[in-house]
Amino acid sequence: MYKPNDLILRTTSSLIAFILLGFAVYLLLAGHNSPGGGFVGGLMTSGAILLMNMSYGADVVKKVLPIDFTKLIPIGLAIAVGTGVGSFLFKAPFLSQTYDYYTFPIFGKIELATAMIFDIGVYLTVVGVMMTIILTIANDQD
Amino acid sequence: MSNLAVLPIIIPLISAVILIFFNQKVKVSRALSKLFSLISLGTSSYITWYVFTNGTIILETGDWLAPYGIILVMDGLAAILVLTTNIIAVACAFYAPNAGLEKRETFYFYPFFFFLITGVSGAFITGDLFNLFVFFEVLLMASYGLIVLGGGKVQLRESLKYLLINLFSSMLFVTAVAFLYAVVGTVNMAQIAQRVQEVEQQGILTTIGILLFFVFATKAALFPLYYWLPKSYIVPNPVISALFGALLTKVGIYSILRVFTLIFVHKTDMTHEMFIWIAGLSMIFGVIGALSTSNIKLIIAYNIIPAIGFIILGIGLLNQDGISGSIYYLINDMIIKSVLFLLVGVIAYVAGTSDLRKMGGLIHYYPFLGWLLFVSALVLAGLPPFSGFIGKLLLLKGAFEQGEIAIVIIGLITSLLILYSVVKIFINGFWGDKETMAELPKKSTKGLLAPVVGLLALSVILGVGAEFFYPHIESIATYLLDPEIYIDSVLKE
Repeated sequence: MYKPNDLILRTTSSLIAFILLGFAVYLLLAGHNSPGGGFVGGLMTSGAILLMNMSYGADVVKKVLPIDFTKLIPIGLAIAVGTGVGSFLFKAPFLSQTYDYYTFPIFGKIELATAMIFDIGVYLTVVGVMMTIILTIANDQD
Repeated sequence: MSNLAVLPIIIPLISAVILIFFNQKVKVSRALSKLFSLISLGTSSYITWYVFTNGTIILETGDWLAPYGIILVMDGLAAILVLTTNIIAVACAFYAPNAGLEKRETFYFYPFFFFLITGVSGAFITGDLFNLFVFFEVLLMASYGLIVLGGGKVQLRESLKYLLINLFSSMLFVTAVAFLYAVVGTVNMAQIAQRVQEVEQQGILTTIGILLFFVFATKAALFPLYYWLPKSYIVPNPVISALFGALLTKVGIYSILRVFTLIFVHKTDMTHEMFIWIAGLSMIFGVIGALSTSNIKLIIAYNIIPAIGFIILGIGLLNQDGISGSIYYLINDMIIKSVLFLLVGVIAYVAGTSDLRKMGGLIHYYPFLGWLLFVSALVLAGLPPFSGFIGKLLLLKGAFEQGEIAIVIIGLITSLLILYSVVKIFINGFWGDKETMAELPKKSTKGLLAPVVGLLALSVILGVGAEFFYPHIESIATYLLDPEIYIDSVLKE
């Protein structure tokens, strides 16, 4: 059987995918105040997963990440809409957001905003959409 | 409570999200979509009542103040259009399980259906020009998903055509919004209106207005830009055709109504005079298309174009009777077009063909279906006492006041030809020999006719009860003719 020599690709891509995932999380968390956000974080995450797909093959990735990506779309949408509707409970206009500062044991004083939850919804939706599109096209041979 | 204004957007959106989870369970999906559409209808009825008793609802989303944030404006016009949309959605949700979609229901039919309603309601409610573009995209994305359901070579070709023309006009839309933003520095419709008024719509502003008109006219299928519509509307399942025919083109014409009664109203001799010409040409060419074919679905699809022509006539006239007529006719047409598409779907199903030349004598087997078609033909053509008549009467009265005699004559002749084009289905399909269709197996129309009867009854009520409805429509027309009221209610200082 033909076996490609992809040692360099595999070694570098595991390093790059790691950095990509870390940066994606940073972008997601930074999103509501500085450049970044759920959308670009989601794109970056799907980039990292795609890279692993290319170097290790779809079967390995499926074993490592046993997630049905199509299901992420409605879950993300539900979270995003839910944060909007959540403001109804406080008699505030749709999509209103609020924030406060909390002190954590290791991290110290951190700002937590409800916009963050919205961003997580967007993040999940984007990962779901991107991976569904790419995997559908990639598995099209048969 | 101002959050009421966003409910017609959120309820279908949440319904769509929930229905994605139940995608493989057809029975649950059917039951849930009926339930959700009824909830949505109930909410929008309450909102309509609220708006007509307490006045316009303004929602500043996220608590961002008026010209800066995204504003939702639920005024009388938006409220009745959202209500009509939801009525049609209920009828389609009840029709869909029996529409012969079969396996296609598991390909996210119901989620797309509710996303479409989300987009349409959003487009009616939003008070922000860029947001209008966003909601156009929402409804278009859903419609792309719906139009390709089913596959087949013809359907794929027509979907591609539909997708390309809409992508092109969306690009043009966003470009036009960018131009407008460059000139007036805002995308809030009330503030645009205010600033355009201050400079009396000089120079480039009229050009941008025409560009926007071009975009909306493509979506609404007006005279030179309707070529994509008829063939691509007949390829999907009848229930999808009904949704498209009743809602999508109407969003385009609504946008023209909003933009050209609120923002670009200072150079009427240029813009609105043109509308009257386009109205006449749309009527003539649309009805010629309807007469030229013997495909029953195509006849109905072509009939969308003259109807849009009638509505734009009222916008062109820009007087009390014209605008009231446009609104009345718009509501009437949304209902009657969905009735006709659904009915023609039933006829094509029972006859096994949509070619009129191969039909005949159906009245012996399906008498009720036949008479339903006959009544809806009368409604469409605008015979008294049905609702089409009230709209057309107001429009033609408005045209007389303005001294546009030519358009009155064109309108009357068109109405007659519209009647002929639909009654042709009745004459050729239902009259005639009992034997023509004798060997055809008799199919059950159970569950298909009830939603149609409901909608048709509503359209008859709209005509007979005009005494009750007309004052409300008239108050909306008065409101639209004075842009100051809209501007003040949004930018209350």
